[in-house]
Amino acid sequence: MSNPTTPIHRAPLSQQHRRVITTTSPDAIGAQVSVTIDGVEAKVPFGVTILEAAKNAGVKIPTLCDHPDLDVAGVCRMCVVEVEGQRTLQPACTFPVVNAMKVNTHTRKVRMARKHVLELLLSEHCGECYSCVRNGNCELQSLAEEYGITEYSFGHPEEPMFETDESSYSVMRDMNKCIRCRRCIRTCIDIQEVGVLEAVGRSNKVTIETFEDMPLGTAVCINCGQCVNRCPVGALYAKDETDAVWAAIDDPDKHVVIQTAPAPRSAMGELFGLEPGTPVTFEMNTALRRAGFDKVFDTNFTADLTIIEEGTELILRLYKALVEKDESIALPQFTSCSPGWVKYLEHFYPEYLPNASSAKSPQQMFGALIKTYYAEKLGFDPEKIVSVALMPCSAKKFECNRPEMRDSGYQDVDFGLTTRELGKMFKEAGLHVPSLPKSDFDDPFGSATGSGVIFGATGGVMEAALRTVIELVTGEKVESIYDHGDIIPVRGFEGVKYAELTIPKVGPVPEIVAHLVPNWDWLNGATLKVAVAHGTANAKKVMDDIKAGGKFSECHFIEFMACPGGCLGGGGQPIPTSADIRAARARAIYSEDSAYAVRKSHENPAVLATYGEFLTEGPCGHKSHKLLHTEYTARGKHMPQA
Amino acid sequence: MATTTLQQDQLRTEVEALVEKLGPGRSSLIPILADVKRRFHAIDSETMQTIADVLDIHPVEVYSVASFYAFLHGAPEGQFVVRLCGTLSCDFAGKDAVADALKAELGIDFDQTTDDGLFTLEWASCVGMCDQGPALLVNDDVHTRVTPESAREILAACRAAAVAKEG
Amino acid sequence: MPATIETKGNALTYETIEAEAGLKAALAMSRADLVDAVRDSDLKGRGGAGFPTGMKWGFCAAEKADQKYIICNADEGEPGTFKDRVILTRFADLVFEGMTIGGRAIGASLGIIYLRAEYTYLRPHLVEVIQRRRAAGLLGHDVCGVEGFDFDILVAMGAGAYVCGEETALIESLEGFRGEPRNRPPFPVVAGLLNNPTVVNNVETLASVAAIFAKGADWFKTFGTDKSTGYKLFSISGDCDKPGVYEFPWGITVADLLKEVGGEGAKAVQIGGASGVCVPARDFARALAFEDIPTGGSVMVIGPERDILDVAENFLDFFVEESCGQCTPCRLGNVQMLEAVKLLKKGECPPAFLANVKALGATMQVASKCGLGQTSPSAFLSILEGFGDEIANRAPSA
Repeated sequence: MSNPTTPIHRAPLSQQHRRVITTTSPDAIGAQVSVTIDGVEAKVPFGVTILEAAKNAGVKIPTLCDHPDLDVAGVCRMCVVEVEGQRTLQPACTFPVVNAMKVNTHTRKVRMARKHVLELLLSEHCGECYSCVRNGNCELQSLAEEYGITEYSFGHPEEPMFETDESSYSVMRDMNKCIRCRRCIRTCIDIQEVGVLEAVGRSNKVTIETFEDMPLGTAVCINCGQCVNRCPVGALYAKDETDAVWAAIDDPDKHVVIQTAPAPRSAMGELFGLEPGTPVTFEMNTALRRAGFDKVFDTNFTADLTIIEEGTELILRLYKALVEKDESIALPQFTSCSPGWVKYLEHFYPEYLPNASSAKSPQQMFGALIKTYYAEKLGFDPEKIVSVALMPCSAKKFECNRPEMRDSGYQDVDFGLTTRELGKMFKEAGLHVPSLPKSDFDDPFGSATGSGVIFGATGGVMEAALRTVIELVTGEKVESIYDHGDIIPVRGFEGVKYAELTIPKVGPVPEIVAHLVPNWDWLNGATLKVAVAHGTANAKKVMDDIKAGGKFSECHFIEFMACPGGCLGGGGQPIPTSADIRAARARAIYSEDSAYAVRKSHENPAVLATYGEFLTEGPCGHKSHKLLHTEYTARGKHMPQA
Repeated sequence: MATTTLQQDQLRTEVEALVEKLGPGRSSLIPILADVKRRFHAIDSETMQTIADVLDIHPVEVYSVASFYAFLHGAPEGQFVVRLCGTLSCDFAGKDAVADALKAELGIDFDQTTDDGLFTLEWASCVGMCDQGPALLVNDDVHTRVTPESAREILAACRAAAVAKEG
Repeated sequence: MPATIETKGNALTYETIEAEAGLKAALAMSRADLVDAVRDSDLKGRGGAGFPTGMKWGFCAAEKADQKYIICNADEGEPGTFKDRVILTRFADLVFEGMTIGGRAIGASLGIIYLRAEYTYLRPHLVEVIQRRRAAGLLGHDVCGVEGFDFDILVAMGAGAYVCGEETALIESLEGFRGEPRNRPPFPVVAGLLNNPTVVNNVETLASVAAIFAKGADWFKTFGTDKSTGYKLFSISGDCDKPGVYEFPWGITVADLLKEVGGEGAKAVQIGGASGVCVPARDFARALAFEDIPTGGSVMVIGPERDILDVAENFLDFFVEESCGQCTPCRLGNVQMLEAVKLLKKGECPPAFLANVKALGATMQVASKCGLGQTSPSAFLSILEGFGDEIANRAPSA
């Protein structure tokens, strides 16, 4: 199956590959071609673009509409260069090197073209850098600086032409800043197959709109924020709730707790100049306390809890389906911790909602527990608790505001803060995270396992679940089947992964689920079929296959993540994003996992304590169902007339 | 109002029949939109979503394509779309006087539709009658050497045709 | 048939071409020889770009593919151009003949004529001609009895977008997308409609092909000049006594053309449509040919009383309306040129701004993604160049 960042069908076929191979000289494919860039000759493989050849030669060519995850567009014209023999300038991002050619990247014509492109964009770009969310991290700003733009040769708009669309819980749209690079469109249609945005109109009246220009909150947007991650400017951004969180922190009456997820911890360093993949987990705990949070919890705790609840749910489904032959049981079971994926399922495949695990996401499980178990245990008035979650995710803002997420009697999670928002708060407080001393998470939810950490990467939930299921069912350590307990077949960035695990033997039923199944005999020798998909375009492939009764309809358990790469690529993570950056973040996550002493969810002492003290009926018991499980809404994809 | 909206299931049947005739791929999109526009003088939200569903593309893509083409944008239009050529040769030949006459006669400005839903007035880019301007199109029919007087006659003929159709 | 019959002009060589003579001659030749014959004639595209037709066919013929297409570009949208309308009205058979020959040459089994929406009134006629040709065995299975040569033609409609006259935008439109030109390479002859090798030819080019095969490449070269072979139709309109479609030899001077159509006394002539150049009276000795002023044939005569800035404004209004909006220079550059013209009309254009816009025009000519943005500055720049005095001597508005 293809890489999630290999785009689908939107672009003309001739542009779907970044290398354009012509067939008139088949013997040239694979050969080396000479290209002279600014007088320096190099040999490059036949068919690479001038942009790629230049990169290899250490020559920088500016781009705006180009993005490593996306089809080429060739619309901004920033990357135009002179190619000897061509009358017009050619865009380096798409022009292929197929025969020996001489390229000049900074002749007068090229420099004038770059200047004009930037000045034209600025003639329409209404907004000032100071007050912009992307100040300091804006591609237009950087290019204007690099290419010496010192005046608005074609003017600059004083008044905004468009109202900002703030209807969504998660993604805000400001067309005044849009440079019409089309990255958001290519992301939403090609990478995510959600299809919320497109170019509308013609000429200078082109705007990027939703269907019938309806507010984003009403469209089928799943809040994944992938568009935000790829927007070069401040036209798309996640909702900023830092003011409200500061207000809570400033209020002496409020007890402000924060849970932090693994993916932001592997990326927060990027906001402070560190290389992607440098975790700052424990430094960040210190920063959070100094910023004024009263307690710092580790979302891995509820990640482990999710594994127990969801794993138990899976076991029960399998038992009912395979042993009791109950035909009404929906299989495969889908994970449900990705709120972007959940909304995608609700819109596009609502008939499959019964397949979604009823378990809440770790964020929401924590929210419910904090305002009940934690409040009880430590004597806090839940009314005064402000529960914040640090997430890599923009959809979490939608999730925590879902009307059913109030099982504690209050809004379970008050704020889902993105990595970027918290980075902003740290900077406002003068906290340079990387240079702070390390400190631990707070009890009673401080302990975590490696299984919880890997939730941040695609395949992580699956691996965590399998580690637990394998050990509970076989009675053997998972290390005896997989080296170091690393279940490699479900790791990696392939768009859809499929694996089969045959259960070699069965052991006794552990106490934690002993009340639910009499024995494991019915799984002895069974082959568990699992799959992992990340990016909703890949989710679509799997779902369409299931609908058609294909291979994936015979799976037992499928992990779905809305974002390419899994949560580490989430809509709240530092910008920019690319396959390399996501891979670096994944390496950090898996190495954190390796370093943990405890690496299986069912061995997390805090989790076991919670079942002992609070969720005494055990996983999927009555209290669990009330606090840790949820229901979904069949939304369908029909959009109401404005 | 000139537009007619269909019930959901009838709409779907109509769209599916068009796809049957024109082919299942996206290549049928523009002919389908043109057909809908011609018959119903508008392409509304429900229609676009049905077309999107049948062709297996996103509704916003249908909306985007319709918005690009001058003859396809989805906003409701009158029974008679009057397009006056604004390009140079027709300008030299006196399109301004014709424009004034049309506006006065219909009581609307360009890019508007009369209240009775009969006429929409639009500018057109060169319609290829440069030797016989001013030229205007009324739906698919072309009229040349149009004068303020003949423009009024054309409108009157349209009104008569509309009445005859009703009867 | 509506008023199209009214278009006047002079005698057209197309009237003398015997129906199907070209097709029959072509089908008696080998496929390779077909491309050579067109190359030999040195026929250049009649839509305005002037690309050598034989070369285009040759590239496409060399591609190996299961499916190929030949498309007739009948999106005639260039202001001042109406010759294709006349050819389609009077010589549709020749056009379809040319398509059939082209299909044979490149190995396409399907031809598509992309007819602009504004010419919908021509559609019934074209459909009727196609049906007649099918009934006569000139289209369909084993065309003209040539075993294995299946070729048919269907009519596809445009929907009101000048930019769809650009071949890759046309193809995008056929595929159900916005008419936004593609990145090239690859060119349509390699990867065109649905990624298949595709030739897109202008209406007049295809009619010329039929004539070339009817009477021979050498005959074709007896017309025109060295580099501009063959005969050409010109669409003449504007301030002249006898507008219409004329056949003139390539190489005719502007002055001589104006004499023929009763346009002497003009102060300027716009050649090549809105995307062409504005030629001032002092340059009327120049010739219409690929060697001097290339053109698809649109000639608009600008009388002595006309305000040349009105002309510039009219064309820029056109481009602001018709730009597809994809690439930055065109999307945002046309409005700047229009703004400059409006200020010039009032006598209020700051010299620095005008200098910037002129430089921008030069950038647009080399950095825009397609021919529309590459040529939209031409009229504006040539007017500034050719009518500097008239423009500079405007009094600022009171």
